[in-house]
Amino acid sequence: MGESIAVEVRSVTKRFPGPGSRPGSEVVAVDNVTLQILDGEFFSLLGPSGCGKTTTLRMIAGFEHPTSGEIYIHGKPMGLTPPYQRNTNMVFQNYALFPHMTVARNVAFGLEMRKVPKEEIERRVQEALAMVRLDGFGSRRPNQLSGGQQQRIALARALVNRPEVLLLDEPLGALDLKLRKEMQLELKTLQREVGITFIYVTHDQEEALTMSDRIAVMHQGRILQVGTPTEIYERPSCRFVADFIGETNFLEGTVQEQEESRVTVLVDGLLPVIAETDHRLPRGARVSVAVRPEKIRLVPEPVPGEHNTFEGRVEQVVYVGTATLFRVRLSPNVSLAIREQNIISTPDSRAYSWGVGGQVHVAWLYDAGRVLTD
Amino acid sequence: MSARAAGAPSLQGVARCGSRLGRIMRLMFTANGLMSYLFLYAPILVLVIFSFNASRFVTDWAGFSLRWYAKLFDDAAMMAALKNSLIVAFASTLVSTLFGTMTALAMERYEFFGKLGLDALLYLPIIIPEISMAVMLLLFFILARIPLGITTIIISHIAFNISFVTVVVRARLAGMDRQLEEAAQDLYANELKTFWRVTLPLMMPGILAGALMAFTLSLDDFVITFFTAGVGSTTLPLRIYSMVKLGITPEINAVSTVLIAASMTLVLFSLLLQRERRTEKVRNI
Amino acid sequence: MISEQVARKTSLWELLRRRPGLQALVLLLPSLFWLIVFFAFPLLIVLVYSFLRRGPYGQIVWDFNLENYGRFLDPLYLKIFLRSFKIATLTTVFCFLFGYPMAYWMATRPRRWRNALLLLLMIPFWTNFLVRTYAWILILRDTGLINNVLMSVGLIRQPLPLFGNDFAIIVGLVYGWFPDMVLPCYAAIERLDFSLVEAAQDLYANELRAFARIIFPLSLPGVIAGSILVFIPSLGAYVTPDLLGGAKSVMIGNIIQNQFLTVRDYPFGSAISFALMTLMLIAALVYFRVGGRTL
Repeated sequence: MGESIAVEVRSVTKRFPGPGSRPGSEVVAVDNVTLQILDGEFFSLLGPSGCGKTTTLRMIAGFEHPTSGEIYIHGKPMGLTPPYQRNTNMVFQNYALFPHMTVARNVAFGLEMRKVPKEEIERRVQEALAMVRLDGFGSRRPNQLSGGQQQRIALARALVNRPEVLLLDEPLGALDLKLRKEMQLELKTLQREVGITFIYVTHDQEEALTMSDRIAVMHQGRILQVGTPTEIYERPSCRFVADFIGETNFLEGTVQEQEESRVTVLVDGLLPVIAETDHRLPRGARVSVAVRPEKIRLVPEPVPGEHNTFEGRVEQVVYVGTATLFRVRLSPNVSLAIREQNIISTPDSRAYSWGVGGQVHVAWLYDAGRVLTD
Repeated sequence: MSARAAGAPSLQGVARCGSRLGRIMRLMFTANGLMSYLFLYAPILVLVIFSFNASRFVTDWAGFSLRWYAKLFDDAAMMAALKNSLIVAFASTLVSTLFGTMTALAMERYEFFGKLGLDALLYLPIIIPEISMAVMLLLFFILARIPLGITTIIISHIAFNISFVTVVVRARLAGMDRQLEEAAQDLYANELKTFWRVTLPLMMPGILAGALMAFTLSLDDFVITFFTAGVGSTTLPLRIYSMVKLGITPEINAVSTVLIAASMTLVLFSLLLQRERRTEKVRNI
Repeated sequence: MISEQVARKTSLWELLRRRPGLQALVLLLPSLFWLIVFFAFPLLIVLVYSFLRRGPYGQIVWDFNLENYGRFLDPLYLKIFLRSFKIATLTTVFCFLFGYPMAYWMATRPRRWRNALLLLLMIPFWTNFLVRTYAWILILRDTGLINNVLMSVGLIRQPLPLFGNDFAIIVGLVYGWFPDMVLPCYAAIERLDFSLVEAAQDLYANELRAFARIIFPLSLPGVIAGSILVFIPSLGAYVTPDLLGGAKSVMIGNIIQNQFLTVRDYPFGSAISFALMTLMLIAALVYFRVGGRTL
């Protein structure tokens, strides 16, 4: 991975005219976003629908122009440069393959527009089709292909132009789950092979975690956190990120004391929980502790050393195949969701010994909990 | 227990044909449906059959013959009318398809002041009675001192065809995926190239359907043509009308049959075009 | 930034590229010109003329008055207006009586048949209206098919009065606009969830009641749309009464023609024409309101 910056989004804001045609009613789609995407990186914009991720992508592509701020591609400010003068290519959500052209003509389109010599077009189209393992499909029409095949053609049509940056707008959204999982790995492998910067828009957190080098989580037009999948998952910066990516228990409480990065939070006035933070927190501050369900263990007795450990009562047991989900009440106002991997398959396994109504102990490591201030 | 009484339908019977009331209702619906089709097709069949009648008397069958068709092609006035009809249809189709397509693009792709009003203006020629449109054009041509003739017919046909073409092409444009044009721009095609290489080819079935519709409407129009035609600009429908007014002859049957065949061909052709576009749409989903 | 680039490229193409408003204008100009000059302007002339008066020698007297509209009450014309309304209403009623059951029947056929049935319904509709009307002359007139057959069988001695009267006009109009009734009704019925009928039957309604209480009320928008689609052209009919009605049975369309081509009383003709148009526009607005657009 090179260290030079491929795309820089510098304090970009995008406003759209609102539903009313009154001049004042505007919708802020993207709100003062700043991003730096490195050369050769697989970068994901992740967020719920309407969070501004697609608008950001479309501004990089040149379909929309920032209301304020500027986008740089390899250091060049883009201004009002139209899409056809930008060295980026896009894979559209519904592929947008031209239905009136064959697959080969679709893939050749960009090269023809750039007046690449005929023989070279021919060669590169063949290479591109081979790359997505669809050689021999050149003379077909897009509507004669399956969804997965259309997706790969859309990819070939973009990559054949050797863009500086490839933009992907939820390209796997229309595929079924199994095919999607296959394509995720295939895309990731492809990206490593060609070494092109990928900017990938998705609302699927698992997809983003699986494929990305780095992820930017967006919400209501703003960037909440940028980081590697591990950072985003293990050290969410705020409640929204912790909640949006994976499942999380939030324990509300007040800060009692802090020692370096370790904070003791009194939850519900009676449970002292120790967790990690990057900030300096004043005593008495209202915070919440986020703990992932799979980090909590059910144990017969309290676990000593580096562990938060409490006693509780099992309220619910749900078997979901790979795991069993428990709900354990620690106090009248505090309960925890816990996920236990089904390691043993016999019915009398340990997981089943914690029946509904049973008294258990729960335990998790101090650094499994994150203190969130919002 | 009462179910066992005489005449009560068995359970199987109920499942198959329902109650007697239901059966009677279904029978009546079917009868009405078949009668309606008969009502729709009988006059046309009568016309077509009697166009092959050897007899001079229109509704007395005297054996199969093509004599009236032969006579048709010898009839100089009829051939002149056919020529006029074709000139009018081609000219008005050409102009209205071009204008209508441009209008459809503007209406579907741009926001501008007065769009709603223009929309109303475009729908008006479709809504108002033909006779009203005919007399207002007649009055206009008289006041503007434009001599009635083939030119005034063409002008009038364009005036109503623009609306029909616009409606058809707009429907096609509205169903078109805007992302396709963005994809073209993303692949280095500028606005003009995008239009020629992507937008226009995708609009083509709609444009062709609109053109065919305009052509059919123009070829078939009687009322507006009747009021805006002058001496020497008789079209086929006008010719048929004056023949009918003079007296029923088998020759009218023959020319009517030809006209029926022509409109059927045109319509089936445009249906095929639309079918293509529908399957295309289904496949894209 | 914008002004810089404009300054660099000031070709016409570049100007167009940057001004979507200008593009729209260029696209609209031809149609706009045509529709204003050859449609809106003539419409305005008719409106203005309808308030003028015809002089004794056929010239136009510029004297604004409502006299033409007052003449609608002249018994001579009033009778024709009322007759036109009666004929249009009867046409609509007959179209409904046969068309609605037809629509129901079509909509309850197996799915694979329905498109074929629809096509079969539309085919006669697409042939020339004049020709279709003419075909009825062959069938209805005194020496026409029906009378010929009946007389040769000996059922009647005198031909039945089937032609040159209101009956003939109504037959011609029903024939002309039948699909306009069937199609909206069909669209409304086909959309219905037929499990509603099953639910009604489950709740002790027999077939007739299920039909009257469930299907018909739910398909009423289709019936209204269809009725308007039939009523509008029937009221403004010109060719049908002209060919099938003979000298005795005249409708509004024929008076308009008469005023323009024979009497040459343009102001009065304009007034009738404008009144007719206004009626149609109101009906069309009702149609769009009822949701004709979606049918």
